[in-house]
Amino acid sequence: MTSSEFSSSSSSSSSSPSDRRIGALLRHLTAATDSDNLSSVYASPTSGVSGGSVFAHLVQAPEDPILGVTVAYNKDPSPVKLNLGVGAYRTEEGKPLVLNVVRKAEQQLINDRTRIKEYLPIVGLVEFNKLSAKLILGADSPAIRENRVTTVECLSGTGSLRVGGEFLAKHYHQKTIYITQPTWGNHPKIFTLAGLTVKTYRYYDPSTRGLNFQGLIEDLGAATPGSIVLLHACAHNPTGVDPTIQQWEQIRQLMRSKGLMPFFDSAYQGFASGSLDTDAKPIRMFVADGGECLVAQSYAKNMGLYGERVGALSIVCKSSDVAGKVESQLKLVIRPMYSSPPIHGASIVAVILRDRNLFNEWTLELKAMADRIISMRKQLFEALRARGTPGDWSHIIKQIGMFTFTGLNPAQVSYMTKEYHIYMTSDGRISMAGLSSKTVPHLADAIHAVATKAV
Amino acid sequence: MAMAMMIRNAAASRRAMTPISGDFGGGLRSMSSWWKSVEPAPKDPILGVTEAFLADPSPDKVNVGVGAYRDDNGKPVVLDCVREAERRLAGSTFMEYLPMGGSAKMVDLTLKLAYGDDSEFIKDKRIAAIQTLSGTGACRLFADFQKRFCPGSQIYIPVPTWSNHHNIWRDAEVPQKTYHYYHPETKGLDFSALMDDVKNAPDGSFFLLHACAHNPTGVDPTEEQWREISQLFKAKSHFAFFDMAYQGFASGDPARDAKSIRIFLEDGHHIGISQSYAKNMGLYGQRVGCLSVLCEDAKQAVSVKSQLQQLARPMYSNPPLHGAQLVSTILEDPELKSLWLKEVKVMADRIIGMRTTLRESLEKLGSPLSWEHVTKQIGMFCYSGLTPEQVDRLTSEYHIYMTRNGRISMAGVTTGNVGYLANAIHEVTKSS
Repeated sequence: MTSSEFSSSSSSSSSSPSDRRIGALLRHLTAATDSDNLSSVYASPTSGVSGGSVFAHLVQAPEDPILGVTVAYNKDPSPVKLNLGVGAYRTEEGKPLVLNVVRKAEQQLINDRTRIKEYLPIVGLVEFNKLSAKLILGADSPAIRENRVTTVECLSGTGSLRVGGEFLAKHYHQKTIYITQPTWGNHPKIFTLAGLTVKTYRYYDPSTRGLNFQGLIEDLGAATPGSIVLLHACAHNPTGVDPTIQQWEQIRQLMRSKGLMPFFDSAYQGFASGSLDTDAKPIRMFVADGGECLVAQSYAKNMGLYGERVGALSIVCKSSDVAGKVESQLKLVIRPMYSSPPIHGASIVAVILRDRNLFNEWTLELKAMADRIISMRKQLFEALRARGTPGDWSHIIKQIGMFTFTGLNPAQVSYMTKEYHIYMTSDGRISMAGLSSKTVPHLADAIHAVATKAV
Repeated sequence: MAMAMMIRNAAASRRAMTPISGDFGGGLRSMSSWWKSVEPAPKDPILGVTEAFLADPSPDKVNVGVGAYRDDNGKPVVLDCVREAERRLAGSTFMEYLPMGGSAKMVDLTLKLAYGDDSEFIKDKRIAAIQTLSGTGACRLFADFQKRFCPGSQIYIPVPTWSNHHNIWRDAEVPQKTYHYYHPETKGLDFSALMDDVKNAPDGSFFLLHACAHNPTGVDPTEEQWREISQLFKAKSHFAFFDMAYQGFASGDPARDAKSIRIFLEDGHHIGISQSYAKNMGLYGQRVGCLSVLCEDAKQAVSVKSQLQQLARPMYSNPPLHGAQLVSTILEDPELKSLWLKEVKVMADRIIGMRTTLRESLEKLGSPLSWEHVTKQIGMFCYSGLTPEQVDRLTSEYHIYMTRNGRISMAGVTTGNVGYLANAIHEVTKSS
């Protein structure tokens, strides 16, 4: 039956267009098989105008625990409100910061009229990929020299973790990943949706507010051989507690002896200590032993490119042949997710990393940010000491990176939000980047209040 | 054929075996790679074409593969409205995270394009919508959403379709079925078979529809046919998901290109839409798009949006800023928006002009075949009807690159190469 049959039978000029349409529809339906039943013509109760949505059964999802903090903060009209929730850097004046090198890079890109913004390849901006690998693994890395690393541009750290996770779920023989207890709230969701089974290993010791190294070694030692282990390269989120170099070496030996696959999340390179090389050391130790690993890199914090979603996933392989095959399979993960990554942020990073002067300028800006955070730690510690706040608050200066795991409980956090308009995640994590010399006293007062009350 | 494969493989092979060296410690030298059994993946059938094209040294080479617009000099284009928007954005102090749902402003402006400036659905806040990573990202999030909230459902996909559609719903683990679409004999729409498939699908099935400028065939239902499809969908309670990647690009008029969607909205369907700015704003690499789902009421829209965000968070947390800012800057400024509409029409008109020229050239060469479909089809692509073998000959003998399904990207055709292209096509088809 062709559509011409419809039109020839509906030539009556007295019928309306919709009558003709329904007529055509009826003829189409009734001209089919014997088993057809005219009752199928009538609209079912769930269709169209009178019908409901197929998604009517949905309930509203809870707010994201981290991003929800900023939502609540924005709603608060108090003039003394303080946002210590999401980890975005703020200047001493409490303002977001666009790095000078980023401004310069953007200007360069704009002035280049020959620049075209076509699709990147699936793997992203190739120059950016090479420079990112060098940045994290070291320019003299044997793995890079031997062409054993495949790097793909991804959407910041989240995207790199997700693509890596999906690759592992498809191609790795062990589908379990161990994540620290606690860890960034998005980690378990990322890996679960990627198709992996998520387990935890002990990490934070509440009694010392430091590393539970014994527990860590026991749990990794008990893991099924070959399991994947997520490691925070530096500036552990949310605790700020990092293993020492000696502890890292023990972790490395244990993991290699059990064939555990390291998956590094590097979101704070340069931000933790102020040195790019120092903060990459644990990763480079693992790569130096010739073994394989995955590394997720983010430029959100260390280049202030948060919203542009710039990151990279590197997989260090045993041979260049394997690296080539791995890259081809990564493309199959990426293509059905978003086809190819965004061009803008990666282009900015490439401009900065390839230019010696811009690179050096960046390292200075990075150190300034890290130093300001370290200074905030000192100031907060001193402020609590000056108030005679009960308890040991030395973890504030021992922990490293953007966050401090205060040790405050949800009830205390809630009190601080209600009475002092201070916003943080309910696990007591505060973003030091959100503090300034002006606001430290307010925070110290609040902590002092909950430490001395029975909250 | 061998030459075509060689050229493709040359682009693919990249690394030589190198011996492993260095001190590993811990007995690692003896361990082999965990990825030993990883097979080399096949090249993407579309993006692999451009890779092969780039690797070809011939001065005569023509790329009519991937759907990216070219001007009449064969050059990629950055629209003037985009350049101006870039200029205005330079020096912006905002680089923070967008919310998970992306730029609310960009989403608002984008919904107006699809649903209409005065859409009651927008006024009543009935649309759950988030910014996505272009059209791919919108389709993928919808597929994930479908999997999570309608777990028993399948997706009906037209034959043929953009190859990545299959990958997307497969990776979302939603079972796929197909429905008839393209009629090889007429090189047009197989409307009756399409309607049969719609009728025979179980009530409440999910269907993927191309809103306009079907990719890869360029074959769109007529307005009348869309109305009939909509009526049948109503009778069957089917869910219509529209992939609209070419609004404005097909006819030159965005409102006209959204007609299929408007028909379904008039008929009361609760639809889903994937929108992309890759082609119509030339923002390919920025990855800007939007996913929307029309709900019963505002409350439901809030719920659905929150759930969509829950799927975006573990994929990329929040979408990229720059492209969204470009779109907002252009669409909220009447002058820039007007400039954009003009520029979209120029692109669409150039393609329509090339269709005419290509068809006439083939007819002048005395081709034994009918090339009527070249001007009947619409949008960026022409489904030429060339066989894979003929396509391989075009590549190996004439250095003309297209996907092996015979899809020609008209955007890659220029007054400079249309004669060469027509001649080559004639040569490989004249004995058909």
